[in-house]
Amino acid sequence: MPSLKDLKNKIASVKNTRKITKAMQMVSAAKLRRAQEAAEAARPYAERMGAVIAALASGQGEGGPRLLSGSGRDQTHLLVVMTSERGLCGGFNSTIVRLARAKAAELLAQGKTVKILTVGKKGREQLRRDWSQYFVGHVDMSEVKRVGYANAQSIAREVLAAFEAGEADVVTIFYNRFQSVISQIPTAQQIIPAKFDAAETNALYDYEPSEEAILADLLPRGVATQIFTALLENGASEQGARMSAMDNATRNAGDMINKYTTIYNRSRQAAITKELIEIISGAEAL
Amino acid sequence: MAGHLQFDLVSPERRLASLTATEVQIPGADGDLTAMEGHAPTITTLRPGVLKAIAAEGTKAYVVTGGFAEISATGVSILAERAVPVEELTAPLLDRLIADASEATAVAVDKDVADKAMADLLAMKAATGF
Repeated sequence: MPSLKDLKNKIASVKNTRKITKAMQMVSAAKLRRAQEAAEAARPYAERMGAVIAALASGQGEGGPRLLSGSGRDQTHLLVVMTSERGLCGGFNSTIVRLARAKAAELLAQGKTVKILTVGKKGREQLRRDWSQYFVGHVDMSEVKRVGYANAQSIAREVLAAFEAGEADVVTIFYNRFQSVISQIPTAQQIIPAKFDAAETNALYDYEPSEEAILADLLPRGVATQIFTALLENGASEQGARMSAMDNATRNAGDMINKYTTIYNRSRQAAITKELIEIISGAEAL
Repeated sequence: MAGHLQFDLVSPERRLASLTATEVQIPGADGDLTAMEGHAPTITTLRPGVLKAIAAEGTKAYVVTGGFAEISATGVSILAERAVPVEELTAPLLDRLIADASEATAVAVDKDVADKAMADLLAMKAATGF
Protein backbone atom coordinates (compact mmCIF):
# COMPACT_ATOMS: atom_id res chain seq x y z
CA MET A 1 0.00 0.00 0.00
CA PRO A 2 1.63 3.25 -1.09
CA SER A 3 1.73 5.96 1.51
CA LEU A 4 -0.40 9.07 1.26
CA LYS A 5 2.64 11.12 0.35
CA ASP A 6 3.59 8.76 -2.48
CA LEU A 7 0.10 8.98 -3.89
CA LYS A 8 0.13 12.75 -3.69
CA ASN A 9 3.43 12.89 -5.56
CA LYS A 10 2.14 10.50 -8.17
CA ILE A 11 -0.95 12.61 -8.78
CA ALA A 12 1.16 15.76 -9.08
CA SER A 13 3.44 14.09 -11.60
CA VAL A 14 0.59 12.81 -13.75
CA LYS A 15 -0.95 16.27 -13.65
CA ASN A 16 2.29 17.70 -14.99
CA THR A 17 2.35 15.10 -17.75
CA ARG A 18 -1.18 16.02 -18.65
CA LYS A 19 -0.21 19.67 -18.91
CA ILE A 20 2.58 18.78 -21.30
CA THR A 21 0.52 16.50 -23.53
CA LYS A 22 -2.26 19.09 -23.59
CA ALA A 23 0.21 21.77 -24.66
CA MET A 24 1.68 19.49 -27.32
CA GLN A 25 -1.77 18.80 -28.64
CA MET A 26 -2.46 22.48 -28.93
CA VAL A 27 0.84 23.15 -30.66
CA SER A 28 0.14 20.34 -33.11
CA ALA A 29 -3.30 21.72 -33.80
CA ALA A 30 -1.78 25.06 -34.75
CA LYS A 31 0.92 23.41 -36.82
CA LEU A 32 -1.61 21.17 -38.47
CA ARG A 33 -3.55 24.14 -39.69
CA ARG A 34 -0.43 25.64 -41.16
CA ALA A 35 0.58 22.33 -42.75
CA GLN A 36 -2.86 21.93 -44.25
CA GLU A 37 -2.74 25.43 -45.65
CA ALA A 38 0.65 24.70 -47.20
CA ALA A 39 -0.68 21.49 -48.75
CA GLU A 40 -3.71 23.37 -49.99
CA ALA A 41 -1.57 26.15 -51.49
CA ALA A 42 0.62 23.67 -53.32
CA ARG A 43 -2.29 21.87 -54.90
CA PRO A 44 -2.94 24.10 -57.95
CA TYR A 45 0.65 23.76 -59.12
CA ALA A 46 0.76 20.00 -58.67
CA GLU A 47 -2.59 19.50 -60.36
CA ARG A 48 -1.74 21.65 -63.36
CA MET A 49 1.65 20.03 -63.64
CA GLY A 50 0.14 16.55 -63.51
CA ALA A 51 -2.50 17.46 -66.08
CA VAL A 52 -0.02 18.89 -68.57
CA ILE A 53 2.41 16.00 -68.20
CA ALA A 54 -0.42 13.51 -68.55
CA ALA A 55 -1.67 15.28 -71.67
CA LEU A 56 1.82 15.27 -73.15
CA ALA A 57 2.59 11.74 -72.08
CA SER A 58 -0.54 10.26 -73.55
CA GLY A 59 0.53 11.63 -76.92
CA GLN A 60 3.86 9.84 -76.69
CA GLY A 61 4.22 6.33 -77.97
CA GLU A 62 7.00 3.93 -77.15
CA GLY A 63 10.47 5.34 -76.91
CA GLY A 64 9.55 8.46 -74.98
CA PRO A 65 11.86 9.95 -72.40
CA ARG A 66 13.36 7.43 -69.99
CA LEU A 67 11.67 8.97 -67.01
CA LEU A 68 8.38 8.02 -68.62
CA SER A 69 9.14 4.71 -70.26
CA GLY A 70 11.59 3.49 -67.64
CA SER A 71 15.11 2.26 -68.06
CA GLY A 72 13.87 -0.91 -69.73
CA ARG A 73 14.63 -2.97 -66.68
CA ASP A 74 12.78 -3.75 -63.52
CA GLN A 75 15.63 -5.00 -61.39
CA THR A 76 16.66 -2.36 -58.89
CA HIS A 77 13.98 -0.75 -56.80
CA LEU A 78 14.67 2.39 -54.84
CA LEU A 79 12.29 2.90 -51.96
CA VAL A 80 12.12 6.42 -50.58
CA VAL A 81 10.68 6.11 -47.09
CA MET A 82 9.47 9.44 -45.73
CA THR A 83 8.91 9.67 -42.01
CA SER A 84 9.06 12.30 -39.33
CA GLU A 85 11.99 13.67 -37.39
CA ARG A 86 10.23 13.56 -34.07
CA GLY A 87 8.37 10.94 -32.16
CA LEU A 88 5.25 11.07 -30.00
CA CYS A 89 2.96 10.91 -32.96
CA GLY A 90 1.21 7.62 -32.45
CA GLY A 91 1.44 5.07 -35.23
CA PHE A 92 2.44 7.62 -37.83
CA ASN A 93 5.93 6.32 -38.52
CA SER A 94 5.16 2.67 -37.87
CA THR A 95 2.46 2.52 -40.53
CA ILE A 96 4.79 3.92 -43.19
CA VAL A 97 7.61 1.64 -42.16
CA ARG A 98 5.33 -1.37 -42.11
CA LEU A 99 4.16 -0.67 -45.64
CA ALA A 100 7.72 -0.12 -46.87
CA ARG A 101 8.90 -3.28 -45.15
CA ALA A 102 6.13 -5.36 -46.73
CA LYS A 103 6.95 -3.96 -50.14
CA ALA A 104 10.68 -4.55 -49.70
CA ALA A 105 10.13 -8.13 -48.56
CA GLU A 106 7.87 -8.75 -51.53
CA LEU A 107 10.48 -7.36 -53.95
CA LEU A 108 13.25 -9.42 -52.39
CA ALA A 109 11.12 -12.54 -52.69
CA GLN A 110 10.85 -11.80 -56.41
CA GLY A 111 14.62 -11.65 -56.63
CA LYS A 112 14.83 -7.89 -57.12
CA THR A 113 17.46 -5.61 -55.69
CA VAL A 114 16.16 -3.26 -53.05
CA LYS A 115 17.67 0.06 -52.07
CA ILE A 116 16.28 2.27 -49.35
CA LEU A 117 16.60 6.02 -49.06
CA THR A 118 15.24 7.32 -45.79
CA VAL A 119 13.88 10.78 -45.22
CA GLY A 120 13.43 11.64 -41.58
CA LYS A 121 15.12 10.12 -38.56
CA LYS A 122 12.34 8.03 -37.09
CA GLY A 123 11.86 5.74 -40.04
CA ARG A 124 15.58 5.15 -40.29
CA GLU A 125 15.69 4.11 -36.65
CA GLN A 126 12.87 1.66 -37.13
CA LEU A 127 14.35 0.16 -40.28
CA ARG A 128 17.92 0.05 -39.05
CA ARG A 129 17.78 -3.31 -37.33
CA ASP A 130 16.70 -5.53 -40.18
CA TRP A 131 17.22 -3.45 -43.29
CA SER A 132 20.35 -1.41 -42.75
CA GLN A 133 22.28 -3.34 -45.40
CA TYR A 134 19.90 -1.90 -48.02
CA PHE A 135 20.36 1.72 -46.96
CA VAL A 136 21.81 3.91 -49.69
CA GLY A 137 21.28 7.29 -48.14
CA HIS A 138 19.50 9.47 -45.70
CA VAL A 139 18.00 12.92 -45.95
CA ASP A 140 18.09 14.79 -42.70
CA MET A 141 15.13 17.09 -42.21
CA SER A 142 15.73 17.95 -38.57
CA GLU A 143 17.00 21.42 -39.45
CA VAL A 144 14.02 22.12 -41.65
CA LYS A 145 11.42 24.18 -39.86
CA ARG A 146 9.10 24.53 -42.77
CA VAL A 147 9.17 22.18 -45.72
CA GLY A 148 9.99 24.13 -48.85
CA TYR A 149 10.14 23.23 -52.47
CA ALA A 150 13.93 23.37 -52.23
CA ASN A 151 13.86 20.34 -49.90
CA ALA A 152 11.84 18.39 -52.41
CA GLN A 153 14.18 19.48 -55.17
CA SER A 154 17.25 18.20 -53.39
CA ILE A 155 15.61 14.83 -52.77
CA ALA A 156 14.48 14.75 -56.39
CA ARG A 157 17.99 15.54 -57.55
CA GLU A 158 19.35 12.61 -55.58
CA VAL A 159 16.69 10.26 -56.92
CA LEU A 160 17.15 11.43 -60.50
CA ALA A 161 20.92 11.09 -60.26
CA ALA A 162 20.51 7.50 -59.08
CA PHE A 163 18.15 6.82 -61.95
CA GLU A 164 20.40 8.41 -64.57
CA ALA A 165 23.38 6.48 -63.28
CA GLY A 166 21.46 3.24 -63.65
CA GLU A 167 21.51 2.62 -59.91
CA ALA A 168 17.75 2.48 -59.75
CA ASP A 169 15.15 1.33 -62.26
CA VAL A 170 11.97 1.96 -60.33
CA VAL A 171 11.52 4.57 -57.65
CA THR A 172 8.67 4.43 -55.17
CA ILE A 173 7.93 6.89 -52.40
CA PHE A 174 6.27 5.98 -49.14
CA TYR A 175 4.37 8.54 -47.15
CA ASN A 176 1.17 9.08 -45.22
CA ARG A 177 -1.60 10.73 -47.11
CA PHE A 178 -3.60 13.06 -44.94
CA GLN A 179 -7.25 12.26 -44.77
CA SER A 180 -8.32 13.63 -41.44
CA VAL A 181 -6.93 14.19 -37.99
CA ILE A 182 -7.71 10.64 -36.99
CA SER A 183 -6.95 8.92 -40.25
CA GLN A 184 -3.82 8.99 -42.34
CA ILE A 185 -3.37 6.55 -45.16
CA PRO A 186 0.08 5.04 -45.70
CA THR A 187 0.66 5.29 -49.41
CA ALA A 188 3.18 3.85 -51.84
CA GLN A 189 3.52 5.86 -55.00
CA GLN A 190 5.69 5.01 -57.95
CA ILE A 191 7.32 8.16 -59.31
CA ILE A 192 9.81 6.71 -61.82
CA PRO A 193 8.82 5.57 -64.40
CA ALA A 194 6.13 8.19 -64.14
CA LYS A 195 2.58 6.98 -63.91
CA PHE A 196 -0.16 9.36 -64.79
CA ASP A 197 -3.80 8.85 -65.28
CA ALA A 198 -4.56 9.04 -68.96
CA ALA A 199 -5.85 12.52 -69.54
CA GLU A 200 -8.45 13.61 -71.98
CA THR A 201 -6.64 15.66 -74.58
CA ASN A 202 -9.40 18.11 -75.29
CA ALA A 203 -7.47 21.16 -76.39
CA LEU A 204 -4.97 21.01 -79.19
CA TYR A 205 -1.97 22.91 -77.99
CA ASP A 206 0.93 24.37 -79.86
CA TYR A 207 4.16 23.41 -78.20
CA GLU A 208 7.23 25.55 -77.93
CA PRO A 209 10.00 24.42 -78.36
CA SER A 210 8.67 20.91 -79.10
CA GLU A 211 6.51 18.36 -77.40
CA GLU A 212 9.49 16.15 -76.61
CA ALA A 213 11.60 19.01 -75.30
CA ILE A 214 8.84 20.21 -73.01
CA LEU A 215 8.20 16.73 -71.73
CA ALA A 216 11.91 16.21 -71.07
CA ASP A 217 11.95 19.49 -69.19
CA LEU A 218 8.79 18.79 -67.24
CA LEU A 219 9.33 15.22 -66.11
CA PRO A 220 12.14 16.01 -63.63
CA ARG A 221 10.01 18.86 -62.33
CA GLY A 222 7.11 16.46 -62.07
CA VAL A 223 9.21 14.17 -59.89
CA ALA A 224 10.14 17.07 -57.63
CA THR A 225 6.51 18.17 -57.46
CA GLN A 226 5.32 14.71 -56.49
CA ILE A 227 7.95 14.51 -53.78
CA PHE A 228 6.98 17.97 -52.57
CA THR A 229 3.32 17.00 -52.42
CA ALA A 230 4.24 13.86 -50.50
CA LEU A 231 6.35 15.86 -48.04
CA LEU A 232 3.51 18.27 -47.41
CA GLU A 233 0.95 15.50 -47.00
CA ASN A 234 3.34 13.80 -44.65
CA GLY A 235 3.78 16.99 -42.66
CA ALA A 236 0.05 17.44 -42.25
CA SER A 237 -0.38 13.76 -41.38
CA GLU A 238 2.36 13.93 -38.78
CA GLN A 239 0.71 16.82 -37.00
CA GLY A 240 -2.68 15.16 -37.26
CA ALA A 241 -1.31 11.93 -35.84
CA ARG A 242 0.47 13.77 -33.05
CA MET A 243 -2.65 15.71 -32.25
CA SER A 244 -4.79 12.62 -31.81
CA ALA A 245 -2.02 10.78 -29.96
CA MET A 246 -1.66 13.67 -27.54
CA ASP A 247 -5.41 13.95 -27.18
CA ASN A 248 -5.48 10.31 -26.13
CA ALA A 249 -2.57 10.82 -23.78
CA THR A 250 -4.29 13.79 -22.17
CA ARG A 251 -7.44 11.79 -21.68
CA ASN A 252 -5.54 8.85 -20.24
CA ALA A 253 -3.73 11.15 -17.85
CA GLY A 254 -7.11 12.50 -16.73
CA ASP A 255 -8.40 8.98 -16.08
CA MET A 256 -5.25 8.16 -14.17
CA ILE A 257 -5.59 11.26 -12.01
CA ASN A 258 -9.18 10.33 -11.17
CA LYS A 259 -8.14 6.80 -10.27
CA TYR A 260 -5.30 7.91 -8.03
CA THR A 261 -7.40 10.61 -6.41
CA THR A 262 -10.00 7.98 -5.48
CA ILE A 263 -7.32 5.74 -4.00
CA TYR A 264 -5.82 8.71 -2.18
CA ASN A 265 -9.12 9.76 -0.64
CA ARG A 266 -9.95 6.20 0.34
CA SER A 267 -6.62 5.70 2.10
CA ARG A 268 -6.96 9.05 3.82
CA GLN A 269 -10.37 8.08 5.16
CA ALA A 270 -9.09 4.68 6.19
CA ALA A 271 -6.30 6.34 8.13
CA ILE A 272 -8.76 8.66 9.87
CA THR A 273 -11.07 5.76 10.70
CA LYS A 274 -8.14 3.83 12.06
CA GLU A 275 -7.11 6.68 14.32
CA LEU A 276 -10.68 7.11 15.58
CA ILE A 277 -10.96 3.42 16.39
CA GLU A 278 -7.68 3.61 18.26
CA ILE A 279 -8.89 6.58 20.32
CA ILE A 280 -12.29 4.99 21.04
CA SER A 281 -10.88 1.59 21.97
CA GLY A 282 -8.25 3.36 24.10
CA ALA A 283 -11.00 5.25 25.95
CA GLU A 284 -13.07 2.06 26.43
CA ALA A 285 -10.07 0.25 27.92
CA LEU A 286 -9.87 2.76 30.76
CA MET B 1 -10.61 48.10 -75.93
CA ALA B 2 -8.68 44.92 -75.71
CA GLY B 3 -10.24 41.78 -74.34
CA HIS B 4 -9.41 40.31 -71.00
CA LEU B 5 -7.81 37.10 -70.01
CA GLN B 6 -7.38 35.35 -66.70
CA PHE B 7 -3.80 35.41 -65.51
CA ASP B 8 -2.66 32.90 -62.88
CA LEU B 9 0.82 32.62 -61.52
CA VAL B 10 1.48 29.63 -59.30
CA SER B 11 4.67 28.43 -57.70
CA PRO B 12 5.00 24.99 -56.10
CA GLU B 13 4.42 26.54 -52.70
CA ARG B 14 1.56 28.89 -53.31
CA ARG B 15 -0.54 30.86 -55.75
CA LEU B 16 1.23 34.15 -56.29
CA ALA B 17 -1.22 35.99 -58.43
CA SER B 18 -4.61 35.56 -59.95
CA LEU B 19 -5.98 38.54 -61.81
CA THR B 20 -7.59 39.71 -64.98
CA ALA B 21 -5.09 41.10 -67.44
CA THR B 22 -5.29 42.52 -70.91
CA GLU B 23 -1.98 41.08 -72.01
CA VAL B 24 0.77 38.95 -70.56
CA GLN B 25 4.37 39.09 -71.72
CA ILE B 26 6.08 35.76 -71.27
CA PRO B 27 9.80 34.96 -71.49
CA GLY B 28 9.42 31.77 -73.52
CA ALA B 29 12.26 29.35 -74.08
CA ASP B 30 12.28 30.16 -77.78
CA GLY B 31 11.85 33.88 -77.30
CA ASP B 32 9.48 36.30 -75.66
CA LEU B 33 5.84 36.21 -76.54
CA THR B 34 2.79 38.17 -75.58
CA ALA B 35 -0.50 36.47 -74.90
CA MET B 36 -3.75 38.31 -75.41
CA GLU B 37 -7.33 37.22 -75.55
CA GLY B 38 -7.92 34.68 -78.30
CA HIS B 39 -4.35 33.44 -78.41
CA ALA B 40 -3.96 29.98 -79.91
CA PRO B 41 -3.64 27.36 -77.15
CA THR B 42 0.07 27.01 -76.51
CA ILE B 43 2.31 25.38 -73.97
CA THR B 44 5.80 26.76 -73.72
CA THR B 45 8.65 26.37 -71.31
CA LEU B 46 10.10 29.46 -69.69
CA ARG B 47 13.60 30.74 -69.56
CA PRO B 48 14.79 32.90 -66.66
CA GLY B 49 13.45 36.35 -67.33
CA VAL B 50 10.86 38.95 -66.50
CA LEU B 51 7.19 38.12 -66.78
CA LYS B 52 4.76 41.01 -67.16
CA ALA B 53 1.02 41.04 -66.69
CA ILE B 54 -0.57 44.21 -67.96
CA ALA B 55 -3.94 44.90 -66.41
CA ALA B 56 -6.28 47.85 -66.28
CA GLU B 57 -5.14 48.72 -62.79
CA GLY B 58 -1.46 48.58 -63.64
CA THR B 59 1.39 46.35 -64.68
CA LYS B 60 2.70 43.59 -62.50
CA ALA B 61 6.15 42.23 -63.21
CA TYR B 62 7.70 39.09 -61.84
CA VAL B 63 11.08 37.52 -62.17
CA VAL B 64 10.81 33.83 -63.00
CA THR B 65 13.59 31.29 -63.20
CA GLY B 66 11.91 28.49 -65.06
CA GLY B 67 8.76 26.50 -65.45
CA PHE B 68 6.15 26.62 -68.13
CA ALA B 69 3.20 28.61 -69.36
CA GLU B 70 -0.11 27.28 -70.48
CA ILE B 71 -1.87 29.71 -72.77
CA SER B 72 -5.44 29.30 -73.88
CA ALA B 73 -7.85 31.67 -75.58
CA THR B 74 -9.27 32.85 -72.27
CA GLY B 75 -6.37 32.68 -69.87
CA VAL B 76 -2.73 32.22 -69.12
CA SER B 77 -1.44 30.09 -66.29
CA ILE B 78 2.20 30.23 -65.44
CA LEU B 79 3.72 27.45 -63.41
CA ALA B 80 6.98 28.92 -62.26
CA GLU B 81 9.55 27.07 -60.24
CA ARG B 82 10.46 30.32 -58.55
CA ALA B 83 8.79 33.66 -59.02
CA VAL B 84 9.51 36.92 -57.27
CA PRO B 85 7.74 40.26 -57.81
CA VAL B 86 10.23 42.64 -59.41
CA GLU B 87 9.85 45.20 -56.64
CA GLU B 88 10.94 42.58 -54.10
CA LEU B 89 14.00 41.65 -56.09
CA THR B 90 17.28 42.50 -54.45
CA ALA B 91 20.86 41.99 -55.44
CA PRO B 92 21.56 39.33 -52.77
CA LEU B 93 18.48 37.40 -53.86
CA LEU B 94 19.63 37.49 -57.47
CA ASP B 95 23.07 36.37 -56.44
CA ARG B 96 21.53 33.46 -54.62
CA LEU B 97 19.52 32.49 -57.69
CA ILE B 98 22.69 32.63 -59.73
CA ALA B 99 24.55 30.57 -57.16
CA ASP B 100 21.79 27.95 -57.27
CA ALA B 101 21.95 27.92 -61.03
CA SER B 102 25.71 27.47 -61.11
CA GLU B 103 25.30 24.61 -58.66
CA ALA B 104 22.79 23.06 -61.03
CA THR B 105 25.18 23.62 -63.93
CA ALA B 106 27.84 21.66 -62.14
CA VAL B 107 25.70 18.56 -61.77
CA ALA B 108 23.45 18.97 -64.80
CA VAL B 109 23.07 16.09 -67.21
CA ASP B 110 22.40 18.41 -70.09
CA LYS B 111 25.21 20.92 -70.08
CA ASP B 112 23.84 23.12 -72.85
CA VAL B 113 20.50 23.67 -71.19
CA ALA B 114 22.05 24.54 -67.85
CA ASP B 115 24.53 26.89 -69.47
CA LYS B 116 21.73 28.63 -71.34
CA ALA B 117 19.76 29.05 -68.13
CA MET B 118 22.85 30.54 -66.55
CA ALA B 119 23.34 32.98 -69.42
CA ASP B 120 19.68 33.96 -69.29
CA LEU B 121 19.94 34.62 -65.59
CA LEU B 122 22.94 36.87 -66.06
CA ALA B 123 21.17 38.72 -68.86
CA MET B 124 18.18 39.16 -66.58
CA LYS B 125 20.42 40.53 -63.86
CA ALA B 126 21.73 43.09 -66.29
CA ALA B 127 18.24 43.94 -67.55
CA THR B 128 16.80 44.53 -64.09
CA GLY B 129 19.65 46.84 -63.29
CA PHE B 130 21.64 45.12 -60.57
